[in-house]
Amino acid sequence: MTTSVQTKTMTMVQSINDAMRTMLAEDERTLILGEDVGVNGGVFRATEGLYEEFGAERIIDTPLAESGIMGTSIGLAANGFRPVAEMQFLGFIYPAFNQIMTHATRIRQRTMGRYTSPIVIRAPYGAGVRAPEIHSDSVEGLFTQMPGIKVVVPSTAYDAKGLLISSMEDPDPVLFLEPMRCYRSSRMEVPEEKYTIKLGKAAVLKEGEDISIFTWGAMTIETMKAVEQIENEQNISCEVIDLRTLYPLDKEIISQSVQKTSRALIVHEAPGTGGVSSEVLSVINDTSFLYLRSPVERVSGFDTPVPVYSLEQEYLPSPEKIKHAIQRSITF
Amino acid sequence: MLTEFPLQQVLNEEGHVKEEDTMQTITIDQIKSFYYYMLRARLLDKKCVNLQRQGRIGTYVQYEGQEAAQVGSALALEKGDWMLPTYRDHAATLTFGQTMRNLLLNWRGRLEGGVPPEGLNIFPPAVPIASQLPHATGVAWAEKKKGSDRVSLVYFGDGATSEGDFHEGLNFASVFQTPTIFFNQNNGYAISVPMEKQMNSKTIAQKGLGYDIESARIDGNDIVAVYLAVKEAVKRARNGEGPTLLEAVTWRYGAHTTADDPSKYRDQAESETRRKTADPLLRLERYLKNEGKWDEAWHAAIEEEIQEEIDTALIEMENYPEAELSQMFDHVYDIPTWPLQEQINEHLATKGRNA
Ligand SMILES: Cc1ncc(C[n+]2csc(CCOP(=O)(O)OP(=O)(O)O)c2C)c(N)n1
Repeated sequence: MTTSVQTKTMTMVQSINDAMRTMLAEDERTLILGEDVGVNGGVFRATEGLYEEFGAERIIDTPLAESGIMGTSIGLAANGFRPVAEMQFLGFIYPAFNQIMTHATRIRQRTMGRYTSPIVIRAPYGAGVRAPEIHSDSVEGLFTQMPGIKVVVPSTAYDAKGLLISSMEDPDPVLFLEPMRCYRSSRMEVPEEKYTIKLGKAAVLKEGEDISIFTWGAMTIETMKAVEQIENEQNISCEVIDLRTLYPLDKEIISQSVQKTSRALIVHEAPGTGGVSSEVLSVINDTSFLYLRSPVERVSGFDTPVPVYSLEQEYLPSPEKIKHAIQRSITF
Repeated sequence: MLTEFPLQQVLNEEGHVKEEDTMQTITIDQIKSFYYYMLRARLLDKKCVNLQRQGRIGTYVQYEGQEAAQVGSALALEKGDWMLPTYRDHAATLTFGQTMRNLLLNWRGRLEGGVPPEGLNIFPPAVPIASQLPHATGVAWAEKKKGSDRVSLVYFGDGATSEGDFHEGLNFASVFQTPTIFFNQNNGYAISVPMEKQMNSKTIAQKGLGYDIESARIDGNDIVAVYLAVKEAVKRARNGEGPTLLEAVTWRYGAHTTADDPSKYRDQAESETRRKTADPLLRLERYLKNEGKWDEAWHAAIEEEIQEEIDTALIEMENYPEAELSQMFDHVYDIPTWPLQEQINEHLATKGRNA
């Protein structure tokens, strides 16, 4: 017998809101801190209605200071609360970098487990929305190299709710990246009840036989476009995998997929050098080297700052570039 | 602290002179010039809001209501001095000599928008809040080391005073006695957060006390008060008497940016009231009328002249050649590194997205 699950049509930003509401109602230790998250409901409306429902003691409009938001969250977490700290944009997390790198990620070890940092840092990120400079940075790679924190990126409304709840229940700090382009790009049915999606697990967006494409965040959109086009034009079958958690990576899915297709492409919008693609490559190398029929391809942003918006489309991986890379891999 | 740092005013809201002696130092021609620069800034701002609505420029940051603070401070500087603006301070950079065309290009997502005209020292508008304050200390420190009498003036909002960089910039300026004017525009809000939630202190000027920096609080909608306070601070800086912190109390009429909806966090009726009571342009108009010096023909003529200037700049913006692909790669390094060079070669070879 199956029980039917009540669902509601939501955009990603609504499901993120729903995840926070769910946890605020369930666990009174949950706090939301950030710039403009209270009365205003967040600059993207991610915290809309929470202030009215849970009050100023729990939905906190902080002073404009990211290091302060992060540092006080560390103190609140060490002393019993579960803060969700919003960085208004990932490009403004830099003042908090010191607190994350030197304390949030280390306090567990430095106190041999006595104090911990169960903090979720939420941050909208990514290019392609014609935002002013700095707002479009994609610097997940700065954090995947940081020991002591997990890095999560949903690309759908369903995943966003399940992953955010898991992140909020995780005993360690989690950087939860929200691709701005996915906030309202589509709607889907999302269960109204609480559910979780395990961190560290990728999702197969589309099964295929000839090449495995690994991507995350807003690049899932470009990748799916490219795949649809190339499969219509040629006799190629692509498997598309949304990694969803960038640290720790889903070694199992990556290796299984590559061993099935024998080819791989990684697509991300962060600069090429030091991007997470290098880590995906190393998983492939470690697990599936002898299965490969062509070198692993990559399509990424450049080793430049994300350009101001007149040029951002040139910076971002496009379906055309992704198709070229697929072609190169197949015809190698 | 409100008594230690009283709001300095020379011309009140009705355009009546509060400080007769001080007003003696300002001529009617100067007042008319103040008015001209404020009108120019205001008309450009209104135009930009419209251009954004029409989709001809991207997200725009308006400053309407803050013209006296920006124009008055900019006019108190000399060419050669350094100006460090934020994203909201293009009334200041325009007045200081940035071109209208470049300002428009900035909102069109073009790098040219952040480049100052030859001979002017203007940093590109700082987007990360308060990050520009230590730079202002640094450029002024360099002038001091070089033995010049040039100064720097840096703009920032009330919200910015919460960031570490605000405090670090002030402390360095104090320790090294740099010729820096920290010019705060307290417009009451940091996006949705009102000053009372941003800080527990009643003034921003008092924050200078902790660093032993000369500080004052001025009516930021009184351009005469602003101009004279900055002149005085500049004079002290040039004389080697160190930094000054000025709090110009003002108000932004509109939204934080064209992407913001102020009705979520404040009653916009307040802005409408202030337009009628405390507007910086209206104040000068009232003063000139009180003095019998208001001239309708002059007003119509400058308005027409400014509209023409804006129209010309708009045409320049729209006819400006499209951004070259290579701009994305140029100037990242002096000489591109090999990984970047490989990326450039590959991208240009496939002509980017059109490949
Ligand atoms: C470091 C950083 N954090 C957050 C932001 C997002 N943001 C842009 S403007 C703003 C409010 C700034 O308020 P204030 O300093 O008072 O200046 P105003 O915008 O009112 O001129 C915020 C939070 C940013 N630009 N930089």
